[in-house]
Order: sequence, then C-alpha cells, then structure tokens
Amino acid sequence: MKILAIDSSGMPASAAVLEDGVLAAEFTVHHRRTHSQTLLGMMEEVRSVLDLDLNSIDAVAIAAGPGSFTGLRIGSATAKGIGLALDKPLIPVPTLEGMAYNFYAAKQIVVPMLDARRSQVFAGIYSFSAGGEDPLEVLMDQAPVDVKELCEKLNEISQSRSQDLILMGDGAVSYRSLIEETLRAPHSYAPAHLNEQKAGSVAARGMDLAALDDGRYLEKAADHRPVYLRVSQAERVREEKLHGHA
Amino acid sequence: MKKMSDVTILAIESSCDETAAAVVVNGRDVRSNVISSQIDIHTLYGGVVPEIASRKHTERINQVVQEALDQAQVTLDDIDAVGVTYGPGLVGALLVGVAFAKSIAWAKGLPLIGVHHIEGHISANYIENPELEPPFGCLVVSGGHTHLVQVKDYGEYEILGRTADDAAGEAFDKVARAIGLGYPGGPKIDKAAAEGDPHAVEFPRGKVRGSEYDFSFSGLKSAVLNYLNEKHMKGEEISVPDVAASFQKSVVDVLVEHSMHAVDQFGFREFAIAGGVASNGALRRAMEEACAERGVKFYRPSPILCTDNAAMIGSAAYYDYQRGIRSDWSLNAVPNLKLGER
Repeated sequence: MKILAIDSSGMPASAAVLEDGVLAAEFTVHHRRTHSQTLLGMMEEVRSVLDLDLNSIDAVAIAAGPGSFTGLRIGSATAKGIGLALDKPLIPVPTLEGMAYNFYAAKQIVVPMLDARRSQVFAGIYSFSAGGEDPLEVLMDQAPVDVKELCEKLNEISQSRSQDLILMGDGAVSYRSLIEETLRAPHSYAPAHLNEQKAGSVAARGMDLAALDDGRYLEKAADHRPVYLRVSQAERVREEKLHGHA
Repeated sequence: MKKMSDVTILAIESSCDETAAAVVVNGRDVRSNVISSQIDIHTLYGGVVPEIASRKHTERINQVVQEALDQAQVTLDDIDAVGVTYGPGLVGALLVGVAFAKSIAWAKGLPLIGVHHIEGHISANYIENPELEPPFGCLVVSGGHTHLVQVKDYGEYEILGRTADDAAGEAFDKVARAIGLGYPGGPKIDKAAAEGDPHAVEFPRGKVRGSEYDFSFSGLKSAVLNYLNEKHMKGEEISVPDVAASFQKSVVDVLVEHSMHAVDQFGFREFAIAGGVASNGALRRAMEEACAERGVKFYRPSPILCTDNAAMIGSAAYYDYQRGIRSDWSLNAVPNLKLGER
C-alpha cells in the first residue's frame, strides 16, 4: 500500500510518502505560516525526488483536524483535489493521533496538545499497547480543554495507570509555566524533532486506520471535511443569543 | 467535435459565498456553469460570514467541480488548463478554491492560471456577445466592488474610477437592512422600488472631490438613515417602496453619470456593465437609455453571469492562457489584488 500524507494543521507544513513499511520521503518545514504558497511545491519536490507516478498512490492521508482553521482547509482542499483528479480515497487522520505516532510504542502516556488560545488547548491522551487490534489506545479523544483541567485529568490517569507522561505540541510549549503549576504526575517534554506535526506520522497512523474494520476509515474525497472541534464565532454568538449562555 | 486548436478550461471560483465551477471552450463557449450558493446560511447572519463561507466551500467543492465536468460531458483528461480566482475576495474563501485548483492541476499535470475576479466579471460580457472585443468601457458593480474600467485589450485594464468607501452593492445591503427588507439587499430593493416613486425623497448624489470618475456611497447611506430616523422621531410612517426607489435612483444616477462621462471623454463605442448589481433592473434600463442616446452599443450579461460564477473566470483564464500567462505552485490567495496586476 502506498500512501501520500499531508499535514498543514499547524505551524509546520509537511508532506510524505509511505510505501510498504518504508517512509520513502518526508518533507517538513516550520517557517512562517505560508502553507498556501509552500505546501504544493513541497509535494512536487517529494514527487519529483521519488519520480513518483501519482496514479500509483492508493490513498491520501490527511491531518483532518483539529488545528488552524485555514491550515486545515488548505490541506483538506489539496487532498480533496487529488482525490477527485486521481479517483483516490482519503484517510482522515485525527491530527492529535497522527502527532502521537511520533512516539509510537512509547511506554509513557502521550499527550499531544495544540494551542487553542485563552489557556485552552486541543488535546488528546493516548497510550500504545501491543495486544489490541489498534496499537493506539485512546484514553481521551481529542477535544478542546482548559490547560488546568487537562493537567488535573492527567494527574489522575497517570497515577491510576502508573505511567509517566510525554507532553508534545505547540500547546505544551505555549503553556509550559501553566502546566508546571498544576501537573504533579511525572512528565517530560518532547524534543524539538518529535514535538510537532509530521506527515510521516500521519501516513503511519493512516495506514493503521485504513487496516482497521474493513476500511471504514477510508473516505470519499467529496465527503471529506475538516474536524474543527469548534464552531465559528458567528455561530457561537448566534447560538448564545437564541438559547442564552450555556 | 473537439478541434486540435480548441482550448478547454476548467474554472473554479470561491471568492465570496458562491462555490462555482465551469467548463469553457475558447473563452466564450460555456459548456457548464455550476453555482452552489450559500446565501440561505449567510442570510441568518445578515451578511456573509467569512469562516462559514470557507467551511462551506470546502464541503461543496468536489461536488460542484464534478457536476461541472459531468454537465459538460468531459473528464479531466479533456481539460487543457485550470483557471481559478485568486483575488480579490475573502482570503479564507479564496484559499479553498486556490488550493483545490492547484492540486487538480498538479495531479493531472495541467497548466494553472490564477484569475482576477473583476477581470472575470468584465469577461462575462464576452460569453454571450461573440462580436464584443476590446477596447470598450465597463462598469463593474457588485457587493464588494465598484470600478469604472477602460478595457484596453484582453488582460489590459485601466481603472478610471472606484468607490472611495462602500461598494454599490454594499450600500444596497445596508439600506435594505435599515428599511427592513433584509439580506441580500440588491434584489430586494430592486423589487420594492418597482412599486415606489423614485422622486418621493431627494437623496444626495455622492461626489468625490477632485476625481471625476470616483464614487462615494457612504453619504447617501447616511442620508437614508437620517431620513428614516427623522421620520421615526416624528412618529411618521415611511413608504418602503418610495425610500427604496428614491435610494436606488440616487445610486443609478451616479453610476450612469460617471459612466457616460467616461464614454464621452474616452470615445468608447461600446460600453458594458458587469457584477451582481448589473442585474439591477433600474440600472440596466438607465444605462441602456444613456448609451442609446449616444449611439453607443450597450452590453450586459444575463443575470446568471452577473452573479459570482466560474464561467466568467473560464473566459478570462482563456485570454490569459493565450497570452502565455501561467501560475506556479506557489500561487496564493490575494484578498486585495488590484486589477491589472499579478
């Protein structure tokens, strides 16, 4: 199976090709958020260095959210265009599950978090287990959460499972001092080269998801839409007006 | 039958709240023109919400493009180039069409052409008028734009006048909201005005000091709001049709006056209107009359080609294609793109 993977959900833009257990190419750039200008050029670099026949791809794995709304749409529209042009399915990979794969098979609990502003993060809590059908065990599905609340939850989970924590993502960097105030469980921070989104990890997670449950994770390009985990501000304000504050 | 020399373009437009795709052959032969409007959603908010527009474009774009190919009875293998609006417009909305068009062109190895939205509106006039060729004058009026343009040649434009504040369509939206007609203002005011007296209230005709072709609509908008407020304070009823008709006449008078001034000064033998407001009945009639008086041939697209659509982008892309213009993979959305610039 050959997968083309894209992640433009955050500051890094990343493209990769994974084929039969080999990461043939991965191109990641963390330099200004100009994904609209850079992403396709990076994909062309990957295609050209591999002399890749795009028709030979089986599926496009896409970091499907959460993340920057605009970044998600650039990746999504790019993946959907390839899907339409080449009649290929998409594999929507939850952004934070893709990130967790940076630490595939770690003994620790892996906690990717993306800065969602105002002391909030999009976070997921994951552990790797060898036994199950899915190597990734989801302890908390990705969701928007207050940093303090997340830390309290992590204190409990870490203690009950007797596992240390690995914190990663730009949220762990932005809120480090806030985390240190609340988090008592033993934890470490991801090193720079494993801290952020990588399309290679999206491809690996996508490959595993595609193998689960008779391809129910495969999606038609036309049906794909990013998972924002937040409604637009206009919708939120309107909802509050109609139903009062939550 | 497809001739060897035929150029078939797939065009995509997503600059505001319409997701649109079209297949156009040789710039004027429209094989399909699919428009998916989001207007029902934005009506809930009294105007276009950029984040919602961007989300809806992402959800609809594959279906719209596929429908355009199907209706034209072609596949991507029959397409010679992909054209896409890259500005001006809402940046988040533009980005969806741009990223999508780029990836289709990349995956199929096709040339990519970034198209200026206003250039598209002007080119809408080519589609139904095989004889129309530059040079001519054109007034582009929509919810986001008011431009008086000298079309010197294909892809060569000189902007003679633009609005100093609100776009003409924006003024329609604001006044429609104030008199309780709601969004979108253009068609609603047009309809209400048909029952009203355009001379009932004398609203000002906006001028911009020192620039004979520029427009200003914010003063007119304020005058309408002041009028409504005054009536309200006195406890007097207003006639919605009369206010709509009087406001509309004020906008139309200024648009026609400046356009005809340009016709006289530049000696245009042909004059066209374009953009969403070009569907306005009063504007079409007044402009036609003024052109007829001067013996100038008047052009205006059918309403379906006045609204944001991709057929017009396919037409503009064709002339860019013929002039050798190609965009590379770094093509970006440019929300404030100027006409005649790349």
